[in-house]
Amino acid sequence: MATVGRALLIVAFAVALYGVGASLYGAFRGGHAWVDSGRRAVYALAGVLTLAFAIMEIAFLRSDFSFNVVATHSSTTTPTFYKATAAWSSQEGSLLLWVWLLSIWSSLALLITRRRVREVAPVATAVLMTFGAFFLMLTLFWANPFESLAQVPQEGTGLNPLLRHPAMMFHPPMLYSGYTLFSIPFAFAIGALVTRRLNAEWIVSTRRFALGAWLCLGIGIVLGARWSYTELGWGGYWAWDPVENASLLPWLTGTAFIHSIMIQERRGMLKVWNASLVLATGTLAILGTFLVRSGILDSIHAFGASTLGIPFLILIGAMVLGSVGLVTWRRADLRSEHQLDSLFSREAVFLLQNLILVALAFVVWWGTFFPLISEAVTGTRASVGPPWFDKYTVPLAFALVALSGIGPLIPWRRLTMASVRRGFVLPGAAALLTVLALLLVPGAWQEPKAAAFAGVVAFVLTSVGQELWRGMRARQASAREPAPVALAGVVRRNRRRYGGYVVHAGFAVLLLGVAVSSSFQHAKDVTLRPGQTARVDGFDIRYVRATARAEAEKISLGAVLDVSKDGKQVATLRTTRGFYPSQDISQGIVGRFFGGERESEVGLRAGFGRDIWTVIAPDLAPLTPIIERGNRTFRTAMVGIMSKPDGDQQQAVAQLYALRDAAVTAVARRWVTSPWPADFRFIVSPLATWIWIGAIITFLGGLLALWPAPATARRRVTAGYAARVARELARTTQ
Amino acid sequence: MNPSRKRRIRLVVALTAALLAASALVYTSFSAGSDERTAGQLLDAAVAGKTYTLAGTVKDGSVRRGDGVLWFSVRDPHRPVAVRVRYTGIVPDPFREGRGVMVKVQRRGDLFMGEKDSMVTKCPSKFQVAPPRPGSGPASPT
Repeated sequence: MATVGRALLIVAFAVALYGVGASLYGAFRGGHAWVDSGRRAVYALAGVLTLAFAIMEIAFLRSDFSFNVVATHSSTTTPTFYKATAAWSSQEGSLLLWVWLLSIWSSLALLITRRRVREVAPVATAVLMTFGAFFLMLTLFWANPFESLAQVPQEGTGLNPLLRHPAMMFHPPMLYSGYTLFSIPFAFAIGALVTRRLNAEWIVSTRRFALGAWLCLGIGIVLGARWSYTELGWGGYWAWDPVENASLLPWLTGTAFIHSIMIQERRGMLKVWNASLVLATGTLAILGTFLVRSGILDSIHAFGASTLGIPFLILIGAMVLGSVGLVTWRRADLRSEHQLDSLFSREAVFLLQNLILVALAFVVWWGTFFPLISEAVTGTRASVGPPWFDKYTVPLAFALVALSGIGPLIPWRRLTMASVRRGFVLPGAAALLTVLALLLVPGAWQEPKAAAFAGVVAFVLTSVGQELWRGMRARQASAREPAPVALAGVVRRNRRRYGGYVVHAGFAVLLLGVAVSSSFQHAKDVTLRPGQTARVDGFDIRYVRATARAEAEKISLGAVLDVSKDGKQVATLRTTRGFYPSQDISQGIVGRFFGGERESEVGLRAGFGRDIWTVIAPDLAPLTPIIERGNRTFRTAMVGIMSKPDGDQQQAVAQLYALRDAAVTAVARRWVTSPWPADFRFIVSPLATWIWIGAIITFLGGLLALWPAPATARRRVTAGYAARVARELARTTQ
Repeated sequence: MNPSRKRRIRLVVALTAALLAASALVYTSFSAGSDERTAGQLLDAAVAGKTYTLAGTVKDGSVRRGDGVLWFSVRDPHRPVAVRVRYTGIVPDPFREGRGVMVKVQRRGDLFMGEKDSMVTKCPSKFQVAPPRPGSGPASPT
């Protein structure tokens, strides 16, 4: 099977190279047949890579350890769900996933646009197939997922315990979908620049893919944050780690892009800006893929030392140089058709919001790469921590949320006093009342930033509610429909607009959760024996009893905790730490069961008001003498067995292993029968759940905006768009 | 005012503001940055009171715990020296002997005091489980 997989990769590489050649030849020698053939090569690539990916998945599900990637990232004891998803925990498998997703999304994009953007599409096809060829080259020459082992081991080394979390299993496919989907507007932008078809057509054709990329990348980022919160045992969801930042960078510039293209579509402005943004976003998506693999920056998540840095650097260098060169070359064709009429207009708000997003991206980029920058400048590697990031990102995020509420209230071209009165009075009053109400809450005035943030969020939610209300009332008046039907109707007819408003509301709620949970969080590290109690933010947390569980996969030592407030029981928390066995024989026959990787299972009581979070860190030192005695006993027994005749040895070894299993279980039971103090971390975070609720609202809004409009509305938009294209063509041919 | 002149003035003001903001960003990052050092570099030249990021590998047999404090030594990757670290706060799950770590420290005599919750442990790319066993292993829940 591994041979078939390797052959499929070679075929895929050849197909990708053919796709590049056929598309370019067709584009510049005028052969439609070659262009069509190039497009079909993308479909073929998707088919071949689907087969290759299926082979790898089957190998994981069957625990086929003749595949090196399976032997080193899975085991027979790995649960089936994690076997299926272990493929992308490896460097090799994740690269195959990347190129497979690229081929699928590219096929979809080229299928949808096959009768549109005819001049642009062949060049875009060549760009997409170049990406495909690049990643296939990596899988063929640097990280082959179908590398087979000469000696097949009986057991694999297992999936990293930290990755055994449902969120973490969906996180990479969502991130990679985001990265690969951003490649599509990138490729079409290159096509538009090369062929000088710089009207809004390429934007309209790929807008949905940009929005899909934004949505997938956003979901991936939030899943990663959720994994961090519930799995990593530190109680946070964002640490400004280089790999986290790498996924945030294209999301920020992508967010700017999906806003600013509205100005180009509507008023023919910001063409240079849009082209630069989408090229930067595509490049940052590749940079994100590179950062995880290069090992140039220290991160908890990276794939470790890797040799993929140089090829990625060459690709990124080519993308940057090519992008700058193309935009400079075509600057005359990228002139705006109109100028900004007023600084108090929706265009100006969009532009300001874009500048803030780009500033945020620059801050994150600078902080992420600062170790390399400082080393280049001073000769000493230095890094900046979360306080430095917070110093810049908090005020920028504050301004961003405020603008997401202001933008929908301001008309295009120019703001008038009448529109100020009409739009701002209610949201402004809501913001003011929220801040005043919060100042009455004891302790809230000590965190004025959080109170101000709550005020801004109230402004955004009211402005969104007001817009929905007005739309609904207008439809009620014209169509004489009941309120819910009118609301559904108005949203259905303008999904992009109202979906965007829902995104703004969700994002404001998300950032409110971030602001309040971080400003009013109470954390405490304590050492407790069973029966003892700790007090955190008015909650009494009692260590009720110790728990232990010995399974083939791991040994879990944990605790049951009772949480109460003012004598009233609030919740029961269960937290454990899993100890995975090690293959290091120097740790002894018993000791190796406690000496491998460790992972925390968080005890969490999530609520709309606050989250109560805990994690346990059992100290194994009291078990050391018993483990060492067990190691000695079993070593002596094993030496005795080795001196027996061959026929008796096998049965004796089986008996010895059964005894060893019982001994390991008995050692783990000591944690319950003779418990000793354990270290706990308790965190009480107000409104933390609203981070996830806000994220869900945001993504539902994104989905609403992404959903195709009804046929009638689409026809109207298309007619308006056709008129625009005609005007632009007339202008360019003058 | 001439509209093109007005636009030029706006552009100059915007670029100046951007330049000033970028300068502040650059200045604060260099002043707030914590230098990454190896154990040997810290032993040679660390100044008391200044914060450094110590990077290296946890020395075998050096990890001790007690009263919520973690003691361990970090080896220099290039020289046969190590520094002793006293650390409190979150210990990442992958932390163990022989694993690469980064922790913010301040010198206090021969000892280095770790900044609370500042430790980052490199996530291992590979993970080893026990060799195959005849039975299902220690499977009885307690």
